[in-house]
Amino acid sequence: MDGHRDPLSSRAWRALVLGVPLAFLALFFLYPLAAIVERGLRGEGDPPLDVLTDPTTADVVWFTVWQALASTVLTIALALPAAYVLGRYRFRGRGLVGALVVVPFVLPTVVVALAFVAILPDGVERGWAPILVAHAFFNVAVVVRIVGTFWASLDPRVDEAAATLGARPLARFREITAPLLAPALAAAAAIVFLFSFTSFGVVLILGGPRFATLEAEIYNQAVRLFDLRAAAVLSIVQLACVVAAVWVATRLERRVVVTGQLRPESEVLRAPRTTRDKLVVGASLGGLALFLGLPLAVLVERSLAIGDGHGLHAYRALGRPTSVLLAAPWEAVLNSVVYAAAATAIALAVGGLAAFALATSRGRVLDSLILLPLGVSAVMLGLGFLIAFDTEPLDFRAASWLVPVAQALVAIPFVVRILVPTLRSIDPRQREAAALLGAPPARVRREIDLPIVSRGLAVAAAFAFAISLGEFGATVFLARPDRPTLPVAIFRFLGRPGEVNVAQAYALAVVLMVLTVVSVLLVERLRVRRGGWF
Amino acid sequence: MTLFPDALRTLAVGMAVVTVACGCGGSDETPRVVVLVTHDSFAVSPDVKRAFEEESGLTLRILKAGDAGEIVTRALLTAGNPEGDVLFGVDNNLLQRTLEGDVFEEYESPRLENIDPELLLDPQHRATPIDRGDVCLNYDQAWFTERELDPPRELSDLVLAPYRDLLVVENPATSTPGLAFLLATIASYGDDGWQAFWRGLRANGVLVVDGWEDAYYARFSGSAGSKGKRPIVVSYASSPPAEVIFRDPRPSEPPTGVVERSCFRQVELAGVLRGARNEEGARQLIDFMLSERFQEDIPLQMFVFPARLDTALPRAFEQFAVVPESPLELPPEKIEANRERWVDEWTDIVIR
Repeated sequence: MDGHRDPLSSRAWRALVLGVPLAFLALFFLYPLAAIVERGLRGEGDPPLDVLTDPTTADVVWFTVWQALASTVLTIALALPAAYVLGRYRFRGRGLVGALVVVPFVLPTVVVALAFVAILPDGVERGWAPILVAHAFFNVAVVVRIVGTFWASLDPRVDEAAATLGARPLARFREITAPLLAPALAAAAAIVFLFSFTSFGVVLILGGPRFATLEAEIYNQAVRLFDLRAAAVLSIVQLACVVAAVWVATRLERRVVVTGQLRPESEVLRAPRTTRDKLVVGASLGGLALFLGLPLAVLVERSLAIGDGHGLHAYRALGRPTSVLLAAPWEAVLNSVVYAAAATAIALAVGGLAAFALATSRGRVLDSLILLPLGVSAVMLGLGFLIAFDTEPLDFRAASWLVPVAQALVAIPFVVRILVPTLRSIDPRQREAAALLGAPPARVRREIDLPIVSRGLAVAAAFAFAISLGEFGATVFLARPDRPTLPVAIFRFLGRPGEVNVAQAYALAVVLMVLTVVSVLLVERLRVRRGGWF
Repeated sequence: MTLFPDALRTLAVGMAVVTVACGCGGSDETPRVVVLVTHDSFAVSPDVKRAFEEESGLTLRILKAGDAGEIVTRALLTAGNPEGDVLFGVDNNLLQRTLEGDVFEEYESPRLENIDPELLLDPQHRATPIDRGDVCLNYDQAWFTERELDPPRELSDLVLAPYRDLLVVENPATSTPGLAFLLATIASYGDDGWQAFWRGLRANGVLVVDGWEDAYYARFSGSAGSKGKRPIVVSYASSPPAEVIFRDPRPSEPPTGVVERSCFRQVELAGVLRGARNEEGARQLIDFMLSERFQEDIPLQMFVFPARLDTALPRAFEQFAVVPESPLELPPEKIEANRERWVDEWTDIVIR
């Protein structure tokens, strides 16, 4: 926009917003992934085509794709009513609802899957159905938060005008709301799809031995059978599927961008006044609370169970150092917060720059590249880190700063997906009008862009923080054993027999739940207000 | 394919100039640190760790890097340029694979003489035995008492009508104890007999789950607080004492029992990693792991038995742990040569 005045600084700005995210992804994602795949293909073993022509591979690919699609549809269906309520109404406890919904998203898969086994009646506790339900349980937050946040910035007056003109609710949703929401819906759907696509623990525990995703098969080949070549070939297959899915999603996201409809949240939300309003809010949130609350209640109950009764033994034990962790369990809270804060800073810096780059230019490659870390095998990436960063000057495979870097890799896509739809939809005419009235460019950004983006920025930060709190796959590989995060500590306690150990695992899961709610509420408070940071 | 990573490496080196500034290197000075790469179940008492550090003047850093399969994969991948100095946690099922991958440096510790000679699986001393444990069927005492049914005594009992729908096992394709139990049945019924036994188990309603946590905490009725319905599970010989020690207040009798004749021997070994930065420290650490101090610490920390024959066991272990007299075993070379085929065959019989 201000490029006409100062082309040089504009070029430098472009180099920064594109260069930093690209360099980050090249170093910490593409390079280790390429290194491990190359090692796998170079090694001896069966010809790679054997894996591809194996009939079980086709089965695995088919199952991986359809369960991910079905999980995405189910998640959106379950989340949309709550997203609508959060995007349209102002009510007491709205912030708390937004924080609570994130809780399932951060919980370790093993703990949740075991809770599902406990709740579901015999006979239906295993198979494809519980897999889909569990995926929806984990990912509802993605849709509620990304779509809900965007919805809350959509000008309701167009819809109201159509209603005044006699358009029916369904027609209004199809003709007005759906096209406006499409970018955020596509972004959320892409993330849910990728999470379900690479699902591993949930599928193994709730699917039973008959079901496997590509991710599980890659793990099996690399770690159980030591066949790195087969694992590398399957990783390429996985990557191809993911690239295709991401390509479709980013196209959808770009296709329908209607500008000029965005308003700051404070001007959009209204209190539920009529009985109908109250019924909608109550039913949407009540239904979601039931769905998310039941498994969580099981975890709380398990943390209190001792002998035949209940008590706080497990919570008291959290203060005592244990050789299981080489530290006192409560210290895991501190470690989690420190790592998550660092990861959030990295994710906001890298992801924020990327979002600006994508909103103001085409940047197709970066757009797709940002999402890929969510869809690529964590096992292979972890092994890639081992061989990519093992010699000077890239000798830092044991460095503890890799923990927040790896967590940021997972958080960056969220930051970008939350910010981009909003940034793209800002009407350039609003900026032009302000400039015409004599506002300098910096002031235009502060007065026009920031109030609209600030909400998204706060949500992105909170989400990045929550993701880092819950990240397990990379953290367990990289974190020092005497500095475990909460999910790592939970996993270690769950790996041992004995009542006190299992109760401590569940107690730590409850601590993680509380920590998530508190930190999401706090981080969202740190939002940019009109005119600057508070 | 080779060009691509090289180009990326150049780019990465550029990036690293920025990142290295944080001072994470420091490999030039004489190593005062010895790094132990081990699995998630490793544990040591803080004062025992301190004793080693004071004795040797070295700082002991512990790197937990996944389960036994994961640490072996990592060791194979980094052979010659390892992540640490000592690898501990390779078991007899994975030993041969590790040896073929040329992961270890030979080292014959002077403390080997007190070790149970049956555990010395590598005559070239690349891998040194540190502990032994057994994977065994566990059963829920209360469940069998209430129903006035005898707990199973032999593997063959499991295919009989009274034991229908009672057993939960881990998938040998995804779980270490699951694999050990499959090997137990192969050791017991022979190369041609185990398939029929598993067909019998399938017909008798065996439940297969992914891992030990699912089996023991969610499906098995005998673990603390469990809502599981199956009273027989594949676990460890040391699980009953753990059920005593980790209950508050401690019961006088363990709530679970062990089917002695179902036990499969697991030996855990350690070795000096080839290319270790602190080879001398690595040898000192292996010696320390064979010392009385460390060996006595093993049972209550890792819930397995010391490899030294002259080690005193803690009371709860003497009272409640089962030490099978002649556990089932298979030679490591045979396991390595057949593991994949056996697991495939098992999958065809039990799952498909």
